[in-house]
Amino acid sequence: MADDAIRCDACPVLCYIKPGRTGSCDRYGNENGQLVRLDPHVVLDRTLERGESVVPFIQRSQDWDGTLVSHAETFVTAIGAGTTYPDYKPAPFIISSEVEGVDVVTVVTEGIFSYCGVKLKIDTDRHLGAECSTVRAQGEAVGHVTTSEYGSQMLSLGGVRHLTGGSRREGTATCDALLNLCNGNAVELAIDDGAKVMVQSGKPPIVDGVQEERMRVGCGSATIGMFAQQWFGKVDDVVVVDDHITGVLSEHQAGKMLGVPETGIKLKGRRSTPGRYFQVAEPGTSWGGTNIDDPLSIVGKFNAKKAWPGLRLLMVSTTGEHYAYFELDEALRPAEKDLPSHLQESVARIRENCEPALCTVLFMGGAGGSLRAGVTENPVRLTHSVRDALARVTSGGAPVYIWPGGGITFMVDVSRMPQNAFGYVPTPALVAPIEFTLKLADYAALGGHMSAVRPLSSIVAGLDGRQRVVARVGSNKNGK
Amino acid sequence: MNSRAQIRLLPDGRRMHLQDGPIDLIVEAFGAPSEVEKAYRTACTRFETVLDELCSELAFLRQRCLPESEWPHGVIARRMMAAVVPYASEFFITPMAAVAGAVAEEILAGMRASAQLLRAYVNNGGDIALHLAPGEKFVVGIVERPDRPSLFGTATVQACDPIRGIATSGWGGRSFSLGIADAVTVLADRAAAADAAATIIANAVDLPGHPAIIRVPACQLAPDSDLADRPVTQAVGELSAAEVNQALRGGVEIAERLQQIGLIRSAALKLQGETRVVGCIPELNPALVDERGLVHA
Repeated sequence: MADDAIRCDACPVLCYIKPGRTGSCDRYGNENGQLVRLDPHVVLDRTLERGESVVPFIQRSQDWDGTLVSHAETFVTAIGAGTTYPDYKPAPFIISSEVEGVDVVTVVTEGIFSYCGVKLKIDTDRHLGAECSTVRAQGEAVGHVTTSEYGSQMLSLGGVRHLTGGSRREGTATCDALLNLCNGNAVELAIDDGAKVMVQSGKPPIVDGVQEERMRVGCGSATIGMFAQQWFGKVDDVVVVDDHITGVLSEHQAGKMLGVPETGIKLKGRRSTPGRYFQVAEPGTSWGGTNIDDPLSIVGKFNAKKAWPGLRLLMVSTTGEHYAYFELDEALRPAEKDLPSHLQESVARIRENCEPALCTVLFMGGAGGSLRAGVTENPVRLTHSVRDALARVTSGGAPVYIWPGGGITFMVDVSRMPQNAFGYVPTPALVAPIEFTLKLADYAALGGHMSAVRPLSSIVAGLDGRQRVVARVGSNKNGK
Repeated sequence: MNSRAQIRLLPDGRRMHLQDGPIDLIVEAFGAPSEVEKAYRTACTRFETVLDELCSELAFLRQRCLPESEWPHGVIARRMMAAVVPYASEFFITPMAAVAGAVAEEILAGMRASAQLLRAYVNNGGDIALHLAPGEKFVVGIVERPDRPSLFGTATVQACDPIRGIATSGWGGRSFSLGIADAVTVLADRAAAADAAATIIANAVDLPGHPAIIRVPACQLAPDSDLADRPVTQAVGELSAAEVNQALRGGVEIAERLQQIGLIRSAALKLQGETRVVGCIPELNPALVDERGLVHA
């Protein structure tokens, strides 16, 4: 009956736990058939790069030889450390470890961040929604569309206004969306008057049910510049359709330099500079991020004084995903023909030069007053020591970018953090790991809780199975 | 001695945290320091065996309670049984519906018996047992944001009020619910009674067959659940105002009946931002009955 369920023997309730679920305590769970402690203190081990991501029940595993105990290559993260928020007591774990001969201390805490959110970069030129449009999850407003970047649409989700400034449902939906995104799960977002997009850290976005494959190689004008040489002589004119800037080879600086003759082509939209057009169509999810399905809908009548029957025209999108080839008939009307083989290569090359489209999730939060007080008796000194680069800040062992200016406001790429590094409290607010690492002497100097400092060996000894050991995420060279 | 149980004083130096398996208690007593210490010692000693006692009869406690059911042996199990038996003829209920409240009640009873306390509470994951000496009162803080020191609202329980138990049930909580209420908070004379009633009322806030409600047989999620193959709520989609109203009406009807026969004193039912209050929540800040959520401080 319990097929793939496992029996937890952590307490006499002896729960049968199905894969992916937890027991009645919510502390132990079945992860791929393994019984694991789910809110454990994560110990990142640089020697476990390729090993199992979770080693459950450290104290019971017979093959565990305890080598981690004196191993300087172990980095204790804040995940599962718990938090003393909002009181002014030392953070749950303040660990001293010997690294490269320097006595360093890692102050490990989990911060409750109600000032926090996610900056989401979605590699697509498809129009997801107008700037400032509301982004919804489960029907609730959880963020907005912000300034787009080269080849990417940007969303800003969360923040204190959605988390705690609106209705309870809005806060819960926001917290839920942030938590899932930060923990590497897929979330469906709907943008007002825009697209529905499925996003997941490190995965291609799915826009209105269509999975995005590639980023555009460049804007339409840049594409003309890059490929003009390859098209010269093989085709009389090329239109690279792009919602941002549509390029026309014969009018473009690159075409002029090569001596491409005028073709009498007329493009709709607003001409910016020769061969570069804005707003040839409405933004959308078709050709080059526009709403057009028929490329000829953006081309006017050819100028009879310049054009000639048989004129060869290639129209292509900035990803090479859409393309069409035309030749002008006797009445100078474009007639669609099969793409000649010598042009197929250039279309393929555009595709090849487009990088895989991904969603990237940066968690952004600010370490507030009481979190800092968990680290030192004089909170502002921690800020100063971070500023002065005496204290290194990491989040789940991953490097962070700290914003200049006041406070400790940081960003971290969630894909560099161990899985399920984030939690939440019903405030609602996110719980994220944050570690401050500094020399023991510097720690004492800034008013650290010296009496609470514990040697690393006491954490790693694995006496209670509340720690899990995971491989360091490959790109994090230095988590010290 | 039980080596699993974790017992510690919280960093504030006032409250105790007792944890064993799925049981998490926050305990605080008020009175002369020596009396508080006595009460805490009693609580710790009593706590050591609570989980083992319950687990020794767990199979029985997971079975449906019927009017003719035999009674379990353990004292906490009997508290559970007493709390659910009033519902046995009409509803599906197992003694487990009152386990959290019954544990809180039992720990508090031991503390009261061993020490002279002005006030005390045992909070078992939101199911709370209260003690009040004559003339004392508890201001039950209801906060919108637990991270903010300022209370969003309060309800005041006086010693002369009969209320000594508070419990909350809903589909999003740690245990399964057959209904769709986000939260049903019940004030009753005892914690176990509040716990059982909150379960029954939360189950009654429902829209059977509604396509936006995702239900899964409990045993598919937890093979040994006391709810066996009964469909438990896993997700509730967006409901229209009329649907929210209809679902809440079902819960309110039951809650009113329970209030009339004295099983509960009052209840607050929440679903998708709507709140209904049954009975009188003493000195309830009226600002509470709006869009916002109820959270126990």
